[in-house]
Amino acid sequence: MIEAIAMAHGWEMQHDAKVVVIGQDVGANGGVFRATAGLQERFGKERVQDTPLAEAMIAGMSVGMASHGLKPVAEIQFMGFLYPALDQIVNHMSRMRNRTRGRLSCPVVMRMPHGGGIHAPEHHSECTESMLCHIPGIRVVCPSSPARAYGLLLAAIRDPDPVMFLEPVRLYRAVRQEVSDDGQALPLDVCFVLREGSDVTIVTWGAMTIETLRAADELGSRGVSAEVIDLATLSPIDIETILESVAKTGRLVIVHEAARNLGVGAEIAARVAEHGLYDLQAPIQRVAGYDTVVPLFRLEHDYIPSSQRIIDAVQNTFAD
Amino acid sequence: MRTVAEFKIQYRQVLDPKGHIVAALPAFAQDSGEVLRMYRAMTMARTFDAKAMNLQRTGQLGTYASCLGHEATHIAVGAAMAAEDILAPVYREVGTQLWRGVTMREILTYWGGDERGNDFAIPRQDFPWCVPIATQTLHAAGAAMAFKIQKQPRVAVAYIGDGGTSEGAFAEALNLAGAAALPVIFVIVNNGWAISLPVAAQTKAQTLAQKAIAAGIPGVQVDGNDVFAVREVVAEALNAARRGLGPGVIEALTYRLSDHTTADDASRYRSQGEVRQAWELEPLLRLRAFLTNAGLWDAQQEESLRRSCAEQVEAEVTAYFTAAKPCSTDAMFEHLFAAMPAHLQEQRATARKYGTKSSGH
Repeated sequence: MIEAIAMAHGWEMQHDAKVVVIGQDVGANGGVFRATAGLQERFGKERVQDTPLAEAMIAGMSVGMASHGLKPVAEIQFMGFLYPALDQIVNHMSRMRNRTRGRLSCPVVMRMPHGGGIHAPEHHSECTESMLCHIPGIRVVCPSSPARAYGLLLAAIRDPDPVMFLEPVRLYRAVRQEVSDDGQALPLDVCFVLREGSDVTIVTWGAMTIETLRAADELGSRGVSAEVIDLATLSPIDIETILESVAKTGRLVIVHEAARNLGVGAEIAARVAEHGLYDLQAPIQRVAGYDTVVPLFRLEHDYIPSSQRIIDAVQNTFAD
Repeated sequence: MRTVAEFKIQYRQVLDPKGHIVAALPAFAQDSGEVLRMYRAMTMARTFDAKAMNLQRTGQLGTYASCLGHEATHIAVGAAMAAEDILAPVYREVGTQLWRGVTMREILTYWGGDERGNDFAIPRQDFPWCVPIATQTLHAAGAAMAFKIQKQPRVAVAYIGDGGTSEGAFAEALNLAGAAALPVIFVIVNNGWAISLPVAAQTKAQTLAQKAIAAGIPGVQVDGNDVFAVREVVAEALNAARRGLGPGVIEALTYRLSDHTTADDASRYRSQGEVRQAWELEPLLRLRAFLTNAGLWDAQQEESLRRSCAEQVEAEVTAYFTAAKPCSTDAMFEHLFAAMPAHLQEQRATARKYGTKSSGH
């Protein structure tokens, strides 16, 4: 997936002179995960800038650059280091368009590694997307494959408003997939149905698609047909696709790596309860990270929901 | 042991509190028409400010931050800037905004609780008011980065108060501006008080200008009540920035003659004596003395100017109240995204249904 991300940067920088990449170690080093590898050689030091080490500064300068003719694509090195930038995202980036009645706007993409599972140090395995999803005026996107990372990143850069682009670290090198560098963007604000099914709807996103698809395979061998939906855009949510699926299957399980309390799963469950309650044949189930601090890596695979937890949750929806 | 680096901060003053010239008069100050233009603008800012305070006191405007005492700095910065430069204000820089073409009606619209006041007809590219402290300095640095990358000979000017210089965002903005040699100017309006905290309690630094030094940026201190000196140092910094020589920091020493905002009562934390003394240093007094000494101004002209400013302000206020379009509940939804997502369309419909009578749509 990491190559697909670098490729999407390259395509868009080649075709839109307004696109500028900024962040810590994104230039000569090509990014700590290599997401911007080779870009500085191709596009120079002005368009691919190594910034000083200050996240609030990266977000704040992005606001200024985007308000004055550029499209910054900023890398935050890990989601756990995003928090100094929140003031700028909440108070300015997300609302510049609204505050000025459209006179100024912030076409910014802020990319950041998301989640755990790669034996990283403390603070490097965070999934705090709910915080971002609560902020009006921004989109939150999380791809689940190289092809979707490529297409969604292109869409994010082309979008006229700020997009938080969360890249699941487990997928950076886990999945190999041929992606054609054709500049084709995927739509934002829509779900992707990864697997059709008729008995239960499982909604998930990012790296949790791995355990979810594995669980769906196992369930299939037991005669349970699971429909797997990749939410992809975590805010705003494409609830229509989910409601249609639930109308068909009558069962809903939501899976996410982030902690359960007020997670995006809670919003999906509430929306389905509001608009699709009578389609449900069983209570909605959530399978999520625990409401704990993400543990150091010896326990990280016990924190991240397993396929077995997902299978059990699906089974619960069939219990009498 | 040897000294590896040494620094100094210079102080600039042209016009002393009595209106005497104490340094070489800059070229613009030798043009009586230009000096009168600045004096009129300072008087207009003060007149508008007094009216806005009055509107707030009578319940016709929301919380308002007075610019009383800051007129020299505000007008000097405005006069030094080029139209194509951009301003990142705080929430007190009425004088600079009026000079740059923001209208009184727009200012009243914003402080009257309506975002449309930030949709300046002129200057279209200036940043809106910035209530969070010091965050605007990074926007100015970012805009300067955009000018540099797009090879536009423009400069971004950020205001910041003395209180704001304690914020991390200010240090980060200075650091970035220095490291990337950006065309950006930071004007620190040191008015002595961060609400109730005096500068001496905010920092051990002798000057705020020296905060520039750690970022490798030249810093200068100037008498912020002296419109000549402020305009001169700002113009110098703008010229340098425009020529690619990098950023500048200017600390303008002035005094907040008003409360922090209309929600504040400064008598709780500072003495009457201090405020009385500050009134002797205020900017209009000395410029008027200069003009009078030069034979360019008399009591009759002063009377006529005050009347004309009051009339213009009254006309703008009347226009604001009579021409103000109702504030639709749609306004909450229509500018969040370039295209409105489904959930907001749904919520817009709810707001329309339950919107109060006063909102209309």
